[in-house]
Amino acid sequence: MAFTVPKEVYNGKINQVEVGKDQQVIFGGEEVLPFLSFEGKAVSNVPLALEIQDIDPGDWAPSLTDIYGPVMGNPAEWAKLCQDEFKADMICLRLTGTHPDNGDKSPEEAGKVVEAVLSAIKVPLIIFGSNHTEKDAAVIKHVAEVAANTGSIIGKAQEKNYKTFAAVATAYNHKLVALSDLDINLSKQLNILLTQSGFDGKNIIIDAMSSTLGYGLEYTYSVMERIRLSALQQNDAMMQMPMISDVGEVTWKIKEAKATEEEQPGWGAVEPRGILWESLAALSFLMAGGNLVVLRHPKALATIRKTVAEF
Amino acid sequence: MLVIGERINVRTKLFAEAFKEKNFEPIEDMAIKQVKAGANMLDINIGPARKNGTELMPWLVENIQKVVDVPLALDTSNIEAIEAGLKVHKGKALINSTSADPERLALLMPLTAKYNAMIIGLTLATGGLPRDANERCALAAEIMASAAEHGVPMEDIYLDPIMVPINGQQEQIKEILEAIKMFREMNDPPMNSLIGLSNISNSAPEEMRSLINHTFLTMAITVGLTGAIVDTLDPGIINAVKTTSVILNQSLYCHSYLETC
Repeated sequence: MAFTVPKEVYNGKINQVEVGKDQQVIFGGEEVLPFLSFEGKAVSNVPLALEIQDIDPGDWAPSLTDIYGPVMGNPAEWAKLCQDEFKADMICLRLTGTHPDNGDKSPEEAGKVVEAVLSAIKVPLIIFGSNHTEKDAAVIKHVAEVAANTGSIIGKAQEKNYKTFAAVATAYNHKLVALSDLDINLSKQLNILLTQSGFDGKNIIIDAMSSTLGYGLEYTYSVMERIRLSALQQNDAMMQMPMISDVGEVTWKIKEAKATEEEQPGWGAVEPRGILWESLAALSFLMAGGNLVVLRHPKALATIRKTVAEF
Repeated sequence: MLVIGERINVRTKLFAEAFKEKNFEPIEDMAIKQVKAGANMLDINIGPARKNGTELMPWLVENIQKVVDVPLALDTSNIEAIEAGLKVHKGKALINSTSADPERLALLMPLTAKYNAMIIGLTLATGGLPRDANERCALAAEIMASAAEHGVPMEDIYLDPIMVPINGQQEQIKEILEAIKMFREMNDPPMNSLIGLSNISNSAPEEMRSLINHTFLTMAITVGLTGAIVDTLDPGIINAVKTTSVILNQSLYCHSYLETC
């Protein structure tokens, strides 16, 4: 008797999301667990975003400053470099300079940066605050308007500020990243709160809170995996949103990505080590069901793009 | 979990009249109410409907499916009326019901296959109510054999162990739970089962009914029940279904889980 591959039957599917204006990007829409394309429609398009910031971050690893040094502090140039030179599918602008402890830039100043970046690129833009719930709400009100009708992704909405995010995302036609702190029950709850406030669930992207290899990766992994199982096997509409993995930020601040060979002679060359670390973390999250990845190193981007293409 | 709303029933005076006068308003109202409350299927009980069943059933099916987007359980002993309903039904209908009586099986199983419907198999023979779980399983086996013979997939059969009132037939309730458990083991994947829930609290005081109903429902789901004809307008029932599903890890917990479907 011929061998037949056993196949799972799934009840639900993941929402498909379309972003951008000049150059649109589509992700999500899969109907089976990640990469199981023999069972049905699997993840095929994973947009890879490169991260830039509104100010010169000052503390990025030498492997990154070697590349971005000349454009750090000039967000529009930085974005253009990521788009043209490194072929990023999207640009992720993190407004770290708006944090009260890191310059406390005003919403208007942030708005000018957003405007400049938008006019420099054709690929879709992701706009994140500084992860300060109150300030983010104030900043996003203004920058979402500046970016009105560009089909951008804004974030990150959290339990404390989701109402403001939902209102401006609806008003100015943006998709919304909903972040919960490594807690699947809170993630579902936040999606319910957003939908109850009138926001269309089809415009939500889940952020289960990324971590990196050696620093809690397995927690994020299992939360993301459980979200996907709920969405596909249990047909849970509140968990059927695509997921984003914001990996670069968490990876490039750990010592394994930064320590030089002089400091850690047993760890090998610093540059490939950091790139590998970022690539492995990102790939792990894609295995767990991620649909969209934010990275910092262009070589990590190239590695992941090549790997995903093999599936 | 198949949650079937029981309210559209000829035994209620309002609907007996509405059926007779073809007055759709109260039917529409009740259909929408039940689906909003959480029913994912509606039972349409027109009784024996000897005179006008073949005309009444399709009228109900067509009109109800215009106002709610759920499949229907066609509930009548009039087989011609069932077929008339199946002809116009959109999606997968549920035939309510056949017993293990060979004559009825021979008529209803071919209909089920022809219209790609599902069917409730009452573990009931001409000899009366089954006395224990074993008798229920013996009758279930006959229903399954007939289904196989007529090409009805096992997953389209909902075995009904026959709910009886706890007031009077208390010793049977435990047997019903046992039968639900045993039905599962009769096939791989496990057989579906279904009960007419409200029957358990028939003749119990009104204020006790909800408690008895949802306690039994919780217990039955735990042993493997996959469908129930219930009073969806009793919030206790729907909340019990949702809570049981969360407790059994069949749906994901969050603080607002009662507000999702």
